[in-house]
Amino acid sequence: MELFQLTAHELAEMLKKNEISAEEITRSVFERIHAVEDQVRAYVTVTEEAAYQKARGIDGEKREGKGAGPLAGIPAGLKDNFCTRGVRTTCSSRMLENFVPPYSATVVEKLAAAGAVFTGKLNMDEFAMGSSTETSAFFQTRNPWNLDCVPGGSSGGAAAAVAAGEAVYALGSDTGGSIRQPASFCGIVGLKPTYGLVSRFGLVAFASSLDQIGPLTKDVRDCALVLNAIAGHDPLDSTSVPGPVPDYTSYLASDIKGVKVGVPREFFGEGLDPGVKEVVQAAVNQLAQLGAVVEECSFPHAEYALPCYYIIAPAEASSNLARYDGVRYGFRATPEKGGNYDLLEMYMRTRSEGFGPEVKRRIMLGTYALSSGYYDAYYLKALKLRTLIKQDFNRLFDQFDVVVSPTSPTPPFRFGEKAGNPLVMYLSDVYTIPVNLAGIPALSLPCGFVEGLPVGLQIMAPAFGEGTLLKVAHAFEQSKPYHLARPRLKGEAAEKGLAHAREMSRGGK
Amino acid sequence: MPEYEAVIGLEVHVELRTRSKAFCNCPNVFGSEPNTNVCPICLGLPGVLPVLNQAVLEYAVRTGLALNCEIASFSKFDRKNYFYPDLPKNYQISQYDLPLCRNGYLDLEVNGVRRRIGITRVHMEEDAGKLIHGEGEKADYSLVDTNRSGVPLLEIVTEPDLRSPEEARAFLEKLKAILQYIDVSDCKMEEGSLRCDANISVRPSGTDILNPKTEIKNMNSFRAVYRALGAEMERQCAIWGAGDRVVRETRAWNEAEGTTVAMRTKEEASDYRYFPDPDLVPIVIGRDFVVRIREELPELPEARRQRFIKEYGLPSYDAGVLTSSRPLADFYEACVSAYRDPKTVSNWVMGEFLRLLKVFDLEVTETRLTPSHLVEMLELLKEGTISGKIAKAVFEEMFQTGKRAREIIEAKGLIQISDEEELGRVVDEVLAAHPGVVTDYRNGKEKALAFLVGQVMKATRGKANPQTVNRIIKEKIQ
Repeated sequence: MELFQLTAHELAEMLKKNEISAEEITRSVFERIHAVEDQVRAYVTVTEEAAYQKARGIDGEKREGKGAGPLAGIPAGLKDNFCTRGVRTTCSSRMLENFVPPYSATVVEKLAAAGAVFTGKLNMDEFAMGSSTETSAFFQTRNPWNLDCVPGGSSGGAAAAVAAGEAVYALGSDTGGSIRQPASFCGIVGLKPTYGLVSRFGLVAFASSLDQIGPLTKDVRDCALVLNAIAGHDPLDSTSVPGPVPDYTSYLASDIKGVKVGVPREFFGEGLDPGVKEVVQAAVNQLAQLGAVVEECSFPHAEYALPCYYIIAPAEASSNLARYDGVRYGFRATPEKGGNYDLLEMYMRTRSEGFGPEVKRRIMLGTYALSSGYYDAYYLKALKLRTLIKQDFNRLFDQFDVVVSPTSPTPPFRFGEKAGNPLVMYLSDVYTIPVNLAGIPALSLPCGFVEGLPVGLQIMAPAFGEGTLLKVAHAFEQSKPYHLARPRLKGEAAEKGLAHAREMSRGGK
Repeated sequence: MPEYEAVIGLEVHVELRTRSKAFCNCPNVFGSEPNTNVCPICLGLPGVLPVLNQAVLEYAVRTGLALNCEIASFSKFDRKNYFYPDLPKNYQISQYDLPLCRNGYLDLEVNGVRRRIGITRVHMEEDAGKLIHGEGEKADYSLVDTNRSGVPLLEIVTEPDLRSPEEARAFLEKLKAILQYIDVSDCKMEEGSLRCDANISVRPSGTDILNPKTEIKNMNSFRAVYRALGAEMERQCAIWGAGDRVVRETRAWNEAEGTTVAMRTKEEASDYRYFPDPDLVPIVIGRDFVVRIREELPELPEARRQRFIKEYGLPSYDAGVLTSSRPLADFYEACVSAYRDPKTVSNWVMGEFLRLLKVFDLEVTETRLTPSHLVEMLELLKEGTISGKIAKAVFEEMFQTGKRAREIIEAKGLIQISDEEELGRVVDEVLAAHPGVVTDYRNGKEKALAFLVGQVMKATRGKANPQTVNRIIKEKIQ
């Protein structure tokens, strides 16, 4: 195994034993980036020089005998909607193409303090709006498992980078499934934590009441380690919850005897790809094999989650994105041959030229939903539905420890396959969206393959039930290590790639 | 023609004088270089989040209680969405359907008529920045100063209970006094820390018709509010009198012309798309918090006025003037505590002190004259060291220079001459110089005495004790 293929905890162990240096790990990852980035295209900005500097610094500290945490010296990528001081933060939009923030997101500061080596900024759907990373204003990121397929979205660059070994782990953001769905498409672990567990300060807002930051990792233990580093109260975010944060690795177990697992029938009905259904049902059976008590249940308001989300998220987005007006920073439209636009024209041209079609569509939807005369019919009604969805979850969690479903109704799809029809694209997030509306945590982990493409199992828990999620996911992962499969990119030996995956999808180890 | 009365409601914006801004740690000060008191949060840069300054909440509750409002136990912030270059996020954090304070009132007394003016609501919001427009022919630019962005504001909205421009002005004066008493704002209209818009309609006196109203903006002093409302009232009366209808619109006060003028009418009604701000958690206020703030409230102007009447035996008028501002009332009480003649102190504070403040355009807190200055001077006056006439001159010099009374009178030799021997010599000289006048007096011409006293005063440059001089002359002539 090459270093770039290892997990953070494996690399940390080797660092601890002085078998390798942080610089060597960093070199391995950047060599991998140079080798495969032209196929995957995950990065908007690569920060190689700063990464080496940080790695050497960590090595120096180690030589001086300073204790280093489990993430020290480990290369990590950041979705390009996390503000990074001195490093441009584009949100994959023309609007912020040259925006260099004078501050870093709290999660970035926390990881930096934990010794993380940042590799760069990862491609995404523009302002995190999309499910395929096709709405990026710059370029499309490809799925490392099949370069003709999308990596999912909107954290598609982050998921692809981790799956392809271009980062050991990454941070993404999840507003309606943007961590879990690409994690599912790229065959890695993705966690959307409880709303308020991780500070949103410095995350460029899409829909503030739904956005949450979380890790994309190669296995469940890494997921717990990264969550340890980023969770906790932040005085800069009044929605972040005060209180102590547990050590999430303490939940990792292989025994889930007696854990009650609910399987809502509404998540296995119409629209679910038969191949995905089969794989996910096998995964549910596996949980039962491991001693969990699995039972079918009902989520009566499931069908309303999607329309509810597509009112609330665009409403908040229309307001959050109003600040991009060309007045103070970012893109400003200028007339051809000198001349001046008046204020209104400058606003309109800037926003017409600076935003892509999906962002404009959602701004218009949100503006409409909030406007007087429509507020009660749309926004207010959506808020009421949101309450009903929360109540559905509350009822389920009175009965079950976790609830499981497919992460996405389909395997990774081909470029352009859904891009022409927004409504079809929106269905990609049908199973992940209820979680954001309720503010609860959910995790996606690899649970098999359909025609060589990864499938994810979504596990949901009550608020602050991350420990339970990690426990169930870890037990599953130990018994069915699909996470060990690696996609085969050009020039790689077959046994590390697809053939291995095929074998695993038949259930063997 | 019927007699008309006005129906006036006010919307007052008050900048709170907290140390830092509403949602970040930037200093909340006036008059800094443009764009120096700013950070990513008050600039609304991508990704940053507002966090409520607890002092804003405390000031707002204090204000609500002083205005007899109910304090909501559950309140929240909303976003008011509109595009404007001085509004960094293109939405303003404000409060919409659940304001912090509601249903208050303020009692007014104008021309002997006592009336209760309803306060509809008091809510918190952030201020916007300021545009500085280019001047001159080629100045097709505007500059943005964001120092004011995020400064905490209270919006105070009254019921349309005011019936005349006089009442509107009296209300504002009273409101200002209260806000200063509770120390939440400096209320400087010229610095924009107190701003007022007025809604006004007119109707035949005594009816309860609701006619179309106009909203008047751009008034930057209490006098301007008074004049603008008067001018607008007159305009509306003339329209109704001529059988026409007043149009509902926004008008601006033109100070120079003394008239209100229609502002550009908006093409369409504004739609602010209010919705709860998801970045700020709802405000839940416990009873303990409200009780604590209520207990900490200082004595308010009305209560203090009553106390001045009772405790110092002042006339109602004096008590009203002295308690109209907290610094003035504090000044008065500091003097009285050391010189226990309340009416004399009141005469000096209301007379010379207020006169000089006006002449030099100063606030009570900006003068160099302290209560101990006045007390020392009053003592010198009482013991006869200086005359009342000289006292006025001394007071003015103390006011201007900050010197002590004793220092001034010593330097200028102004000490009153009461020494009978010395005065006797001067009287002898005067009598010798004016034998004709002496004769007149002896012949019963009373006025002659005043002339002789005047001559003595002149010879002593006003330092002679007039009573003593009077007596000595009479003794010498008889």
